[in-house]
Amino acid sequence: MNAPSPAPVGETSALVSTRFTVPGMRCAGCIAKIERELPKLAGIAAARANFSAKRVAIRHDPAMDESRLVEALRDLGFEAQPVADNPMGIEDKERKRLTRALGVAGFGMMNIMLLSVSIWSGADGATRDLFHWLSALIALPVIAYSGRPFFASAWMALRHRRTNMDVPISIGVILATALSLYETVAGGGHAYFESAVMLLFFLLAGRTLDAAMRDRTRAEIGALLGRMGKSASVIGPDGTTRRMAAAELDPGMLVLVAAGEALAADGEVVDGTSAIDNAMLTGESAPEPVGPGSIVHAGAINLSAPLRIRLTHVAEDTALAEIARLMDEAGQSRSSYVRIADRASRLYAPVVHSLAALAFAGWMIAGAGWHQSLVIAIAVLIITCPCAMGLAVPAAQVVASGALLRRGLLVKDGSALERLAECDIALLDKTGTLTLGSPRADVGALTQNQRAIALGLAQTSRHPLSRGLAATLVREGVEPAAVGAIREVSGAGLTGRWEGIEVALERPEDAGQGLATCLRIGSERHIIAFTDPLRCDAAATLAALAAQGVSASILSGDRAAPVETLARELGLAATAEASPQAKLAALEALKAQGRRPLMVGDGLNDGPALAAAHASIAPGTASDASQQAADAVFIGEKLMPVALAVQVARKTMRIVRENFAFAIAYNLIAVPLALFGLVTPLIAAIAMSVSSLVVVANSLRLAKAAQ
Amino acid sequence: MTGLAFLIPIALGMGLLGLVAFLWSMKDGQYDDLEGAANRILIDEEEEDA
Repeated sequence: MNAPSPAPVGETSALVSTRFTVPGMRCAGCIAKIERELPKLAGIAAARANFSAKRVAIRHDPAMDESRLVEALRDLGFEAQPVADNPMGIEDKERKRLTRALGVAGFGMMNIMLLSVSIWSGADGATRDLFHWLSALIALPVIAYSGRPFFASAWMALRHRRTNMDVPISIGVILATALSLYETVAGGGHAYFESAVMLLFFLLAGRTLDAAMRDRTRAEIGALLGRMGKSASVIGPDGTTRRMAAAELDPGMLVLVAAGEALAADGEVVDGTSAIDNAMLTGESAPEPVGPGSIVHAGAINLSAPLRIRLTHVAEDTALAEIARLMDEAGQSRSSYVRIADRASRLYAPVVHSLAALAFAGWMIAGAGWHQSLVIAIAVLIITCPCAMGLAVPAAQVVASGALLRRGLLVKDGSALERLAECDIALLDKTGTLTLGSPRADVGALTQNQRAIALGLAQTSRHPLSRGLAATLVREGVEPAAVGAIREVSGAGLTGRWEGIEVALERPEDAGQGLATCLRIGSERHIIAFTDPLRCDAAATLAALAAQGVSASILSGDRAAPVETLARELGLAATAEASPQAKLAALEALKAQGRRPLMVGDGLNDGPALAAAHASIAPGTASDASQQAADAVFIGEKLMPVALAVQVARKTMRIVRENFAFAIAYNLIAVPLALFGLVTPLIAAIAMSVSSLVVVANSLRLAKAAQ
Repeated sequence: MTGLAFLIPIALGMGLLGLVAFLWSMKDGQYDDLEGAANRILIDEEEEDA
């Protein structure tokens, strides 16, 4: 069932694979469309969609480059971005290793338990010895394999003269195993293999849950720099052009930027008039007209006519690279945030060690003999083992993030929920965050025929307005008319012929009415206005945030007038025309006052602010870089997931605190019992498992939190 | 007691079989795209270019 699309055999050696992120995949129909339609194009052998990761792997002819594949995906109606080879590879490997270890530990636990149960129910003599030997035979390889993540981490900590949660775990497991082995060889009555393996199984379950959470995080900076043009056509003194890689460019060089090309460095336009798409840097969706003397930045896309540009800043000095650097630094300061589980374990591990050592020393002094003293010390180590603590946080976070995902919010990182819960002030960007961000065409006044012609023209252009118009029309189920001889004239528009009549999408004659385009069919003209509407539940979301004690304000890089209009409408304070640096400074100022700001933004200019904020959320339409800098991404046209995220995060932290309180209460009862030798390692292992199950059950209550 | 000679290897063998099946399914990528698998059952295989 559901076999992968068969790749043609034979010529496979000549094919290459490229991977794209396709955030627009929403349903089975999207998977079917991509996997069925793409291989029909010449040069594409197979396409395979990964729905969970929102990625598509395409096997194709090396002659087809990335931009043509992106174009092919766009023709199917999906925005796509090529992804670097495998940024998630390391995380992914880590999770797989943990899952494999968990499987092995589960196998070992069940089989050893089977043997142990028969020993407890009265097997003795030769049978008991045989069962002990069998248990040892299963337990030793299982412990060696499944225990590796803990042993490795404990060893690392000890080598740096530190201690962590894994040190008592490792000592407990190794001591229990060694003692059991001694008992088995000596033909003694007690072996504790099942305790050791059960311990590993439950600890691994916690770790695997945690890793599954972290898996959602991705490399931050790579995608950003990937948007910059990778090479440029440099014009030599003799007028010839040659391609040079972006890293080899020097300030002062003259480069030729063709229409549709991304700029590889910052510079000043010397010759030519065109429009550039600067959405990446400013978040403004309208194309910006440029002419001689205009300053242009790396990452901008030249839309219509070729430009000659004198370079001013290259490589690491470009505005884009500067933003990437700011994001990197801001993100690093945040990574110093200490997760609640680590804060607990820092206090916990030394206490456990001392208690176990004290128990051993105390019983030796009391004359109990080294064997019994050791058994008691092991029981202390196992019963205090932080399984419930290890599960307290990841179990609650996995359940909460699953509940949020069903409501359209993807939380990328476990610590994000902790930070979201602490936010007390929200800063929101305007374009693309409070508003939808993409120009929506008002096509209500057009007839069916006019819509078809408009789509026939608009779908051929990469101009943002054309794309917005085409997207609106496609959504309404319009079939494009067959428009031939289409020409795109820079700054003027598109012209073509439909059934012998000249048709055009062009700049309206009076430019004073905001974003609009004029559809001309023969001699009749229709103005199509574009608006960037407010998200429908923006006011409700702000009210919900206020109800939770989170005050909101607008922090935008847009022009003052539209920002103020919006702020008045929503009753918020607003800061307009803020540069990326100014946004970053505003956040730092808030943090210096002891506030915990939540940043919600989408533009690349929000990148540093997103990375610096205590917690941050980006819409699914944001640039890739912003999505990666943010802690969470919400999908769809509603803003409500933002308020929901804060609400669920707070509930999650309440559950986490309950879990911790339970784990501490459990230890307060169990540790004295173990210290006084009233608990065997087996009872310790069972008590510990029960406490873990209670914690997981408590966390499952969160599944309903987002409803 | 001679029953043990059969039963224990059988029990262990079945456990091992489960483990091997699990490891194989991981290596084969069965868990890579859980949501996708849930959605793929809705794809109509017969629908060849309407």
